[in-house]
Amino acid sequence: MGRQLTFNVFRYNPSIPGDKPRMQEYRLEEYEGMTLFVALNEIREKLDPTLMFDFVCRAAICGSCAMLINGRPRLACKTMTRSLPSRITLMPLPVFKLIGDLSVDTGTWFRNLQMRTESWIHTSKKFDPNALEVRMDNKTAEAIYEPERCIECGCCVATCVTANIREDFLGATGINRVARFIIDPRDERSDAEYFEVVGNEDGAFGCVGLMACDDNCPMEIPLQENLAFVRRKMAAAGLKLDLKGFKIS
Amino acid sequence: MSAKHTHVCDVLVIGAGLAAERSAIECAEAGLNVIILSLVPPRRSHSTAAQGGMQASLGNAAMAMGDNPQIHFEDTVKGSDWGCDQEVAKMFTETVPIMIRQLDFWGVPWNRVVAGKKKLPSGLEVEDLKEKEGLITARDFGGVAKWRCCYTSDGTGHTVQFVVDTVVCKLNIPVHDRMEAIALIHDGTTCFGAVARCLRTGSLNVYLAKSTIIATGGAGRIYAASTNAIINEGTGAAIALNTGVVPLGNMEAVQFHPTGMPPVYILMTEGARGDGGYLLDKNLHRFMPDYEPKKKELASRDVVSRRMIQHIRAGYGVESKYSTQPHLWLDIRHLGRKWVWTNLREIATIAMNFNGLDPAKDLVPVIPTQHYTMGGVRTNKDGFAYGLKGLFAIGEAACWDLHGFNRLGGNSLAETVTAGFLVGMQVAKYTLGATANFDYKLVEEFVKKEEERIKDLISGKNGKENVFEIRAAMQQAMMDHVHIFRTGPSLEQGVAKLQELYRRSLKIGLRSSGQAANPELAAALRMPGMLRVALCVAYGGLMRTESRGSHFREDFPKRDDANWLKRTLAYWKEGADLPTLDYEPVACPYMPPGDRGYGEATAGAKPAAK
Repeated sequence: MGRQLTFNVFRYNPSIPGDKPRMQEYRLEEYEGMTLFVALNEIREKLDPTLMFDFVCRAAICGSCAMLINGRPRLACKTMTRSLPSRITLMPLPVFKLIGDLSVDTGTWFRNLQMRTESWIHTSKKFDPNALEVRMDNKTAEAIYEPERCIECGCCVATCVTANIREDFLGATGINRVARFIIDPRDERSDAEYFEVVGNEDGAFGCVGLMACDDNCPMEIPLQENLAFVRRKMAAAGLKLDLKGFKIS
Repeated sequence: MSAKHTHVCDVLVIGAGLAAERSAIECAEAGLNVIILSLVPPRRSHSTAAQGGMQASLGNAAMAMGDNPQIHFEDTVKGSDWGCDQEVAKMFTETVPIMIRQLDFWGVPWNRVVAGKKKLPSGLEVEDLKEKEGLITARDFGGVAKWRCCYTSDGTGHTVQFVVDTVVCKLNIPVHDRMEAIALIHDGTTCFGAVARCLRTGSLNVYLAKSTIIATGGAGRIYAASTNAIINEGTGAAIALNTGVVPLGNMEAVQFHPTGMPPVYILMTEGARGDGGYLLDKNLHRFMPDYEPKKKELASRDVVSRRMIQHIRAGYGVESKYSTQPHLWLDIRHLGRKWVWTNLREIATIAMNFNGLDPAKDLVPVIPTQHYTMGGVRTNKDGFAYGLKGLFAIGEAACWDLHGFNRLGGNSLAETVTAGFLVGMQVAKYTLGATANFDYKLVEEFVKKEEERIKDLISGKNGKENVFEIRAAMQQAMMDHVHIFRTGPSLEQGVAKLQELYRRSLKIGLRSSGQAANPELAAALRMPGMLRVALCVAYGGLMRTESRGSHFREDFPKRDDANWLKRTLAYWKEGADLPTLDYEPVACPYMPPGDRGYGEATAGAKPAAK
């Protein structure tokens, strides 16, 4: 017989009038290979069909199921119960708006991030369907892929002190996103233009350097390196702007 | 009107995966007012899980020299076992190279040609040319004559979806995520949009549109074991079928991917074999060359999956802790650590996460697993759904019929953007010429009907059947009776079980209150539709007394072009408990039916090894 697991789960659905935040316990017997994806679905199907949580790919590539597992932001789908003590506390990610129970609204947050950082290729060229693609070194393509691997799960945001106290902070994911476009030769934005986007206290200079983001990224993206890269770029751009007599607030 | 919000737009796109977003871009650029609605945010769509790549005949890599759309077309038709629409395949193969370059222009970091001599795992020496350096490269895939699968490591779907979504953001196209279309609004002739349930609050909303595009992906979750994301429940196909006038095409054509990894059945990309990986049996013998001397591990997916099951049935399967049923091994150790953790990094991570295996030194358990729905909402070559004006379908949700009875690896990701572009243009053209004329009484009737369904589920008026039990029983019936090898008697049993479950699904009652965005209610609302879709698969398979592509009947093991060069059209009539089947001919204007060059027709039946 497997271990008896006790799940202590945050419950609150703001759409239900009169509902109050509380913790609720569920008990399951553990079995070989049990993940939190399996466990939470079993709870919903057998114990409590009202429990809200999000899974999509269940393969740790879509970023839907991040939550606080015994206090740490993790992807629930790939978390094996055997890696946890028999008492497991599950809370929704902080920072993001709560939808219900363990489900939070990362979609709106990340769309807002794309819009604020204008995260698309800025180019004056027009696509020519008859032309060959512009050549690129394979190393450059691989370098762009590295930050592009971000799955926007929100773990880095949830764990970030600055993001927890300042609503407009872009977070490591936002700075990583900007880094992806800075290293892409197809994006024609100048350093000065990037400075407008990320060279402020809501961007690269808002980070207080605790680097929990880097410790908690499930994709193991080098967030610390990317932050340092963007900061160097922006510091240089800031100096240049200053020397040219621009006012930087 | 009792709906919470009513949204009026020119084009309503249901789904936010690659096909959906690409078509939305085309319509928005034509100046139309577009709304995308989706179960999940776009970047969580199942399109992002596509690993291996996108087929396009760019002809840049050493092993791609001389490639062109005609060869891609021939590979696609052979792969489909002459079941596809050849006009569509022509259009597709000619357009897809432009799509790849446009995606590059938008920002996809395609892997590039690196010039120089290379030794392939097969021992073959090739040279990538200096003049091609820096152009988009390609890897090998199953059932192809040339290397033409363009890729970004093995995260191709992810990068392409993220980049296409940047264009959606740039154009500021609104996306209403966590919004599920639960019924199409129509008068039997024209579609006017959809009733949708908000998955944040549970409220009902109305979307009125001149054109509605269904792009909701496949229905893999009608099976217990599938590589598909758990949201792939065939919701779009189901709401189209529920109209009674829109048919689903070829639903019996279901692809089983050779390499799902038990016990979680997550996909191990075909790129693993494309890059030189082997399949091994319990004796660590590489068995595929025994069956398929020409294509080996890289015959089409239907063929490789059947050969694997055949080999397991012959007693060569592996018993291990990874699976309750015998499986086989995927071996990519000889590709080397650097290759595995650079070009096959996503699957290496998955193997590590879920089984603690490092494919650079360990074998990975694999078993053929439901992977792709070739069938879907039947459309013409411009993407217009049969049966309703103003309704369109694209991508895996559609039967545009690029894939016939077996899709080639890398052709689906390629289809999403190509159909999104081609059909998107046609939708824009149609919409610009259409006038909005909404009958609000009709709209209200549809809202009321959905409200009644919800009320009855909550009150338990029709019964107290448990939705989760019914879903699990359906998924098991599909595994037991409608899998890789099919027979008449077993399919009959499957159909009977599904019919029984269907009748029970009409008597579901919730155990919870159904308040707000209650997940039990969401499942209960989908259940009858899922069972109708499952019945289209099972019954279509029972009636098709031949073997073609992925549809293999042990009692009718040969392809029968004299009687079955046709496409199944399944309709669901009001009050029925079985689909009504109709058929239409499949034309072969460019390439008459012939030999695929791999598969049971040409290669040995049983290896000598023991």
